[in-house]
Amino acid sequence: MKTFLLRLREANKISFFSLWLLIFLYAMAFLADFIAPYPYDLQNRDYALCPPTVPRMISGGRISRPFVYGIKIINPAFKQYAPDTLATHDIEFFRKGPERKILGLFRSSTYLFGAGSGKIFLFGTDLHGRDVFSRILHGARVSLSIGVIGVSISFVLGLLVGGISGYFGGRTDTILMRLVEIIMMFPFFYLMLALRAAFPPNLSSVQVYLLIVVILSLIGWASLARIIRGMVLSIKEEEYVLAARSLGLSSYRIITRHILPSTLSYTTTALTLSVPGYILGESALSLLGLGIQEPHASWGNMLSVTIGNLRILTGAPWMLIPGFFIFLTVISFNFLGDGIRKVADPRNW
Amino acid sequence: MKKYILKRLLQFIPLLLGMTFISFMIIQMAPGDYFTQLSMNPEISPLTIESMRRDFGLDKPAVIQYLYWLKNLARLNLGQSFSYHVPVSFLIGQKLRNTLSLSIFSIFLTWAAAIPLGIFSAVKDGRWQDRTLSLLAYIGISIPSFLTAMLLVFFAARTGAFPVGGTISVFNISATGWEKFADYMKHLLLPGLALALSGIGSLFRLMKNNFLEALGSPYITTARAKGLGEARIYFRHALRNAVNPMITIFGYTLSSVLSGAALVEIVTNWPGMGRLILDAVLSQDLYLVMASLLIGGALLILGNLAADIMIAAADPRVRLR
Repeated sequence: MKTFLLRLREANKISFFSLWLLIFLYAMAFLADFIAPYPYDLQNRDYALCPPTVPRMISGGRISRPFVYGIKIINPAFKQYAPDTLATHDIEFFRKGPERKILGLFRSSTYLFGAGSGKIFLFGTDLHGRDVFSRILHGARVSLSIGVIGVSISFVLGLLVGGISGYFGGRTDTILMRLVEIIMMFPFFYLMLALRAAFPPNLSSVQVYLLIVVILSLIGWASLARIIRGMVLSIKEEEYVLAARSLGLSSYRIITRHILPSTLSYTTTALTLSVPGYILGESALSLLGLGIQEPHASWGNMLSVTIGNLRILTGAPWMLIPGFFIFLTVISFNFLGDGIRKVADPRNW
Repeated sequence: MKKYILKRLLQFIPLLLGMTFISFMIIQMAPGDYFTQLSMNPEISPLTIESMRRDFGLDKPAVIQYLYWLKNLARLNLGQSFSYHVPVSFLIGQKLRNTLSLSIFSIFLTWAAAIPLGIFSAVKDGRWQDRTLSLLAYIGISIPSFLTAMLLVFFAARTGAFPVGGTISVFNISATGWEKFADYMKHLLLPGLALALSGIGSLFRLMKNNFLEALGSPYITTARAKGLGEARIYFRHALRNAVNPMITIFGYTLSSVLSGAALVEIVTNWPGMGRLILDAVLSQDLYLVMASLLIGGALLILGNLAADIMIAAADPRVRLR
């Protein structure tokens, strides 16, 4: 593992940086309850569509403790706000607040930061006055975990089907590969919608979450299976596989222990590079209102208010920040995948 | 050549059958049907609903229904839409035109930008021009198309540079001929650009790699040794070999363009198949969903076929096989 990290740093600085960025994002998602200054569903009705609060360090020409200005409501009907320069609130770290559960396990009333008696909306607020920053942190849990879980499922499916298909050949191969071709023939988006429609629209958030994972993996395994099959076709002719077969090992053991590990360098790369597809799939479904439902947050459903609503889009551009996080995650996975490819490719050693 | 095309076409029929069968079964899995929603309406008597169900054959088992659907398909009858009460082909015809023009326009933009940029980047390999372009390509690949669309809509709404949503301007309803076409293209610009921007990156990288590979081949060294000019080497010798693999990609990009187009259409309010299929899926409008999936699959097949034919035309080795 250590040599892998060193090699990755040598091969590609950006990939190495992306790895750390991803670790940071996942850590933020994990600690969302602690870091977020507000619960994801807390509505500040008086502060709907409030622009981001800027943390400041300079007061009266001098460097001071970090603080924020209070928010003055100029016109509640048109959602106009201005910083109230007379009211300053120091940003307090590890402050006490209303008690809540962390990770659903233990109770705590310590928050990472907050603005004393004032409000702190780092990324502004949404239509219901909910803090966008807090919602992004909670939404990250959904958006980031779906990629990893979805990829693991379709990875197992793809490896197994590809392995079996390539190893046994013949009729098994033909049937399995026709199935793969049919799945790959659907336009991805259409198939996703049709699969989603096969289930009732009003499910609980946990059910929807599981459903999305299942749908995305059901679509995603096909292309992997096809490539693995091709690799297995050539690997099964290698001498060590023939040796294993002449020793009388079972087909299952030959496939899982001798053939599939040889495809590892390819599959690790493919794995990393396919995570973004799942994240985008979840975002797209939630964006259309078919995924994670309000009041729960996901990066996709946070963006959905901007569709067809030019007033919100132009008046409150901070509602697009979740999209920036999607982009950041996707590009990091892409960079990381490229780095892994370079490291894993024996030609580069 | 004709035999080759015919053979490819015949190979696609079982695929299309399998695809429609699977979609039919998926939609049947959904709890209830369109008429379950109708039965909530107290103004419609249960008897009417029963007779409507029978008219559409929904009281039969799913497999029989599928066979009925196939039989009608053979007569080029795609069925009636439950919610719009018009033939499905009429509904889809309108939207398909918009989706196709969006897809073709964005594919054109993508290729027109990616091929020259890829060549340029390969020629300048490792220099700052190449590094900048490669970074931009990375960013382009990683921005989801719906986000590009949102950003463009944001930009358009702020500056008024392009119209947002729809295919024609309201004040332009009486315009004719060229004016109408120009107006249509103006509306097409925003969704087309959004879709193209997310496709350019990956195509650019492919083109660059292919061109680099071609430039490293022995025949290029030979050409250089003969004293050919660089321009002739690039465009006569390297380009032809570098573009070949790209044509195969063409067939596959059509699938992602169709998927991407659906989302971009919804975000930018372009009246295409995207919105139609979304609404059809939500209201369980069975035949409308089936027809959309069928058309999507058929377009994909046509794309692959077009790619095959183009390869055969470009590469004598394939033609001779």
